Amino acid sequence: MDLLEYQGKELFARHGLPVPKGVHASTVDAAVTASETLGYPVAVKAQVLIGGRGKAGGIKIAQDSTEAHEYAGEIIGMDIVGPHGEGPFKVHELWVEAGSEIESEFYASVILDRSAKKLMVMLSRMGGMDVEAIAASDPEALVKQHVDPITGLGEDEARQIAARAKIPEQVAGEVANVLVQLVEVAQAEDATLIEVNPLIVNSDGEVILLDAKVTIDGNSLYRHPELEELPESADQDPQEAMARERGLTYVSLDGNIGILGNGAGLCMSTLDVVAQAGGRPANFLDAGGGSKAEAIIDALEVITSNPEVSAILFNIFGGITRCDEVARGIIEATGKIGLELPLVVRLDGTNSEEGLALLAEAGLSNLHHEATMLGAARKVVELAGN
Amino acid sequence: MSIIIDNDTKLVVSGLTGREGSFHGLRNRDYGTQLVAGVTPGKGGQDVEGTPVFNTIAESVDEAGANTSMIFVPAKFAAAAINEAIDSGVETVIAITEGIPVMDMLPTYWKAREKGVRLIGPNCPGVLSPGKANVGIIPAQFFDQGRIGVVSKSGTLTYQIGNELKQAGEGNSTIVGIGGDPIVGSDFIDILTLFEADDETDMIVMVGEIGGDAEEKAAEFIAAEISKPVVAYIAGFTAPPGKQMGHAGAIISGSSGTAQAKQEALEAKGVRVGESPTEAAQIAVEILGSL
Repeated sequence: MDLLEYQGKELFARHGLPVPKGVHASTVDAAVTASETLGYPVAVKAQVLIGGRGKAGGIKIAQDSTEAHEYAGEIIGMDIVGPHGEGPFKVHELWVEAGSEIESEFYASVILDRSAKKLMVMLSRMGGMDVEAIAASDPEALVKQHVDPITGLGEDEARQIAARAKIPEQVAGEVANVLVQLVEVAQAEDATLIEVNPLIVNSDGEVILLDAKVTIDGNSLYRHPELEELPESADQDPQEAMARERGLTYVSLDGNIGILGNGAGLCMSTLDVVAQAGGRPANFLDAGGGSKAEAIIDALEVITSNPEVSAILFNIFGGITRCDEVARGIIEATGKIGLELPLVVRLDGTNSEEGLALLAEAGLSNLHHEATMLGAARKVVELAGN
Repeated sequence: MSIIIDNDTKLVVSGLTGREGSFHGLRNRDYGTQLVAGVTPGKGGQDVEGTPVFNTIAESVDEAGANTSMIFVPAKFAAAAINEAIDSGVETVIAITEGIPVMDMLPTYWKAREKGVRLIGPNCPGVLSPGKANVGIIPAQFFDQGRIGVVSKSGTLTYQIGNELKQAGEGNSTIVGIGGDPIVGSDFIDILTLFEADDETDMIVMVGEIGGDAEEKAAEFIAAEISKPVVAYIAGFTAPPGKQMGHAGAIISGSSGTAQAKQEALEAKGVRVGESPTEAAQIAVEILGSL
């Protein structure tokens, strides 16, 4: 789960980390009111889950209410494309914050290093630019250190990291403290990524976290009710939102072939095989062990709510899941939602013969059975058209 | 031989009194696995269809001789149960539970390493040594006894490949589901090491997916340490960056963790990678025939 900048900053503030004062706004008027309260200059910042907002025109400094009005109006509703072509993301929300006079910009982050099975701290005196760009232009300027999984990051160790990153002596202590606290925040809040870019020193010599990119481990949300209740980004894909409400594991893709499989691995593999057959998958949907009609109705409703979908592939390898139950579920679900789109079904594994007999008996005219995964992929591509 | 579990496995199931735990624990017993105990705090002294229940895993080790623990408790309590198992004196811990927070798994991973306890999972289907023992939720009917070792991040994909091998007349020494979480107790290289040393394993099928760099590390390791042939399959070529594809660990971060990169890393070290599960199984059968 990725947090918007302002949500990340609110998280930092709860842990006592220094962030600029700011106000969340979703209308131009609210943004102007916020600016007046904060006092000029203010930064008007688009709240979207993508980097490169500044370059895309999504961050502007307003010196007075006229400018605040003008910039808020420009930014709300604009489409932001990410540096790697991600998006576009439409801006629905702003974060208006007190302007900071930047003396120097650093980079600080804590990430889960899956490979080393430890948290890793990164620090650089070259802030404000992409971390990959820092690593590419001057690898020695990016200091990386793993965090001991039992003892955490000590103050002395953090001071050494700051020294190795050549952080100026006057602020090295404070920067080291920020590192120690960021590790504590990651552990306490189950964050697998915290990136502060830039971490600045202002004209008063204060160290301030000027940006926040935070990813929270979705498996931990049961112990973070305040994060679980955060409003969904309004830009979320409608099918993904619908699937989330129903507790389905669903990812939208840009094709026209609806996919339902059981098990994450088999489902990913199904997408690949469909693509190899020349088709374009519309989604990933792991039905898990859900073989009951209700679960299948839920899944089919989400898939068919996408107007692009012109055919559906149902790829099941029954282990614990019994294929006869799945077949009953498919028959009941297609009847109940009046599914007319072509449906290609591949049922293999436990009780597959019984399941296939049930499907044959039901005689659904839009249902096509294929014995193998590859055969099913070819069939659905043929039926989906372009 | 076979690896990790065999006829000498004495299984204790944490969560045996729960619905899932009893269903699968008793299925494992029906398969022939020696199920010696269940553990549920506060329910010591009861039994589940004749299998005694203890309050702690350590008691099941002392009193029932358990040497392998299976964790089937809800995600909230699972890391504590794994830690308890690591301290109990069992040699192997197989954690089936899905959804354990990664911050809980970091210290647990290191604890298992430090104590020399083999941890498989979490978020895995378990381990099956056909004809000997089954610990977990792998449906044994799709696998025959044979000479191919299988190690996989995915459950259903393993069943798919196992079934294709079976239909081609081949079987398996052991099937190991290592799990789809970002932090798992045993990676590909840990299991490859065991298969290399196992005299009942002639070749290995490795099933990977997007996310992390376990496959890339395995490629290096295979080139340096593994003499037996390895065939791979990787899922997730069509997965978009930044999206979690079902498994918590199946996510492309920026440009790292792609299926393409994994395939290239493996092929660069001479490992053949099947385009589909079917093709991977076909290659395995072909290689086994030529040995």
